[in-house]
Amino acid sequence: MASVPFEYGLLLAGVLFALGLTGVIVRRNLLFILLCVEIMLNAAGLAFVVAGARWGRPDGQVMFIFLLTMAAAEVAVGLSLLILHFNRRKTLDADAMSGGGA
Amino acid sequence: MLSWIWIVPALPLAGFLLLAVCGGRLPRGVSAAIGAGSVGLALVAAAAAAVQFASAPPAGGAYTRVLWQWVSVGGFSPSISFTVDALSVVMILVVTGVGFLIHLYSTRFMAGEEGYSRFFAYMNLFVGSMLILVLASNLLLLYLGWEGVGLCSFLLIGFWYSDPENARSARKAFVVTRIGDVSLAIGLFIIATSLGTLDIQEIARKAAASWPVGSALAVASAALLLGGAVGKSAQLPLQTWLPDAMAGPSPVSALIHAATMVTAGVYLIARTNVLFSLAPSVQLAVGIIGAAGALVAGLSATVQRNIKRILAYSTMSQLGYMFLALGVGAWSGAIFHLVTHAFFKSLLFLAAGVVILAMNHEHDIFGMGGLAKKTPFTFVVFLIGALTLAAIPPTTAGFSSKDLILVLAWQSGGAGKVFWLVGILGVFVTSVYIFRLMFVVFGGAPSAAAAGGHGAAQAAKPPTSSPSGTPHGAGAEHGHAAGRGGMQAGVIMGIPLALLALLCLGGGFLGLPRDLGGTPFLLNFLHTILPAERMPEPSIRTEWVIQVISEAASLLGIPAAWLLVRRERRAVAAAAPAPAVRRFLEGGWGFDWVYDRGLVRPFVWLARINSGDIVDRVADGIGGLTMLLSRAFRWTQNGRVRWYAAGFAAGAVLIVAAVVLL
Repeated sequence: MASVPFEYGLLLAGVLFALGLTGVIVRRNLLFILLCVEIMLNAAGLAFVVAGARWGRPDGQVMFIFLLTMAAAEVAVGLSLLILHFNRRKTLDADAMSGGGA
Repeated sequence: MLSWIWIVPALPLAGFLLLAVCGGRLPRGVSAAIGAGSVGLALVAAAAAAVQFASAPPAGGAYTRVLWQWVSVGGFSPSISFTVDALSVVMILVVTGVGFLIHLYSTRFMAGEEGYSRFFAYMNLFVGSMLILVLASNLLLLYLGWEGVGLCSFLLIGFWYSDPENARSARKAFVVTRIGDVSLAIGLFIIATSLGTLDIQEIARKAAASWPVGSALAVASAALLLGGAVGKSAQLPLQTWLPDAMAGPSPVSALIHAATMVTAGVYLIARTNVLFSLAPSVQLAVGIIGAAGALVAGLSATVQRNIKRILAYSTMSQLGYMFLALGVGAWSGAIFHLVTHAFFKSLLFLAAGVVILAMNHEHDIFGMGGLAKKTPFTFVVFLIGALTLAAIPPTTAGFSSKDLILVLAWQSGGAGKVFWLVGILGVFVTSVYIFRLMFVVFGGAPSAAAAGGHGAAQAAKPPTSSPSGTPHGAGAEHGHAAGRGGMQAGVIMGIPLALLALLCLGGGFLGLPRDLGGTPFLLNFLHTILPAERMPEPSIRTEWVIQVISEAASLLGIPAAWLLVRRERRAVAAAAPAPAVRRFLEGGWGFDWVYDRGLVRPFVWLARINSGDIVDRVADGIGGLTMLLSRAFRWTQNGRVRWYAAGFAAGAVLIVAAVVLL
């Protein structure tokens, strides 16, 4: 099985991270911001796995499992906050929530 | 034996610390107990020290207790040490004794005032500083007390600081005395550099050995010390702060004028008498300043209308007598008059405080009247104080001390005869101004202020109170509970008055003139440390003649005062404008005017045109730059979470880029 070159993997991770970040900045819907944060997390996880494969060590995969666990916890908390917020304000607009004018 | 002498200044200082740290939280009774009690205990300690000192005099007449080394730099090593000798024993007795009576009086007088414990804290610090000043065995420690006294006078004169006029008076007192302080400091530098020590006994020894009489260094150091004394003792030409110092509460005036502060200058000169003996020209200047001050201030006192300002000018005049005595070399005589003056002036001020309370804070004497019947006790003690001030028997205190000064001035010959003549004139003037006050305040018909004096009638000043002539202090004694206005002295305030009156009556027995069969106990005691007078012993006949002349001058002042009061009452009734001479005297001989035009205004003008200098620009520029940057970056803090996220990202990119590229 031909292995994917190391650089490609990192490049994919970087593109994913940039996409996620762009989403966090440009989206106003809180749900999508949360999704984009997940994409960024997965990009970081991918970078770990690729790096682990490159040097043939298990550390990258260990870190990825950590990341998954943390992401699950984060999503649980984030989603419940989001639902609470929606119940209260009837909106998911991050700018309206920030209250900084406009 | 006397090694515990440090406890005398330590007690009031401990009281100060206690009141300063937790004063606001203590009940008033406890504050008063700490304030008056600490000085009372100091009095007990001082009395014990005096008894011990008198029963077993130390070798050389002085005992020095070194507590610890203060600094030690290049052979110059002043220590924290206290000297007990005849002079300091007399001074600590006066300071703690009179100070305690004033504190006792204040516990009642200041009741109902805001800042009750603050008042006692300042008063304790005042007494403590004064005790350090008189006990210090070197001039550096003396200077510490000297500055402490100056600080406390500032705090207490401005005690009712919410009135800008009072705060102004406090600043004036501080700044004017500071001029003298600077002079004293320079004097200390000269002594320290040329003699290599500031220890008073060593200065006396080294100066006498190494400086010939009239040498430049001796003259310079004595003149600079005199400058300090003139500032502190409110003598010409630095006397202008004293009349304004009346802005403080009456007990403060009593403390400043009687037991502490103004006597510091007299004490300093007596303490450093060796230097003045080495500089005869400066000593002559001391006498001239004193004689001139006695007359100038006395004449000003004859036309004042504010009761406390009359007493203030009287203090300046009496201090003039002390300086006159110092000028002719009658060191012990000056200290004797200092002691008796402490008795009668504190009595007069405390009694004046009662009068002011009784008149609902009226300070203008022409708004008073007929108080003799209304407040007989106050009348009697005030009369005793007035007779003592005017040196008229049967009160002995002022009579003995003033007589001694006049006799010694006469005996010293030369300029002394002129001083004597001025002194006799001063005696006449003294009698005029104090009996003018007596006639106006206690004689005549009761004024409207007195009639309406009871209970809640405190509001709405009666129309008789003239707004002129009382620029300071009128209405200063505010804030007392209305129910107490117009009352008599009461027991707590009566006891100090009665005791001081007794001291006035009997104080002269410390040194009754020889021709009346007296023995000068106090003078003999003081002569163990102060040099004896150099003038020939006066004959009994001379003493007699001088006594008769001065008594005649005093008694002549009473009818003169009566005539003056009759004329003045008519002028007040007619509301006639005051003649120029009167205005001149009332304004304190125009000193304030000259200083204002000659020094204060040019200084303020210079400060104003110089306010935009380079330092100012830099300070302004820093402020302006900060404002500019703040305006430039304020928009970034807009509270939007996505905006902040973008900021993070941009920052992270920048850092990573920096790490990768650099």
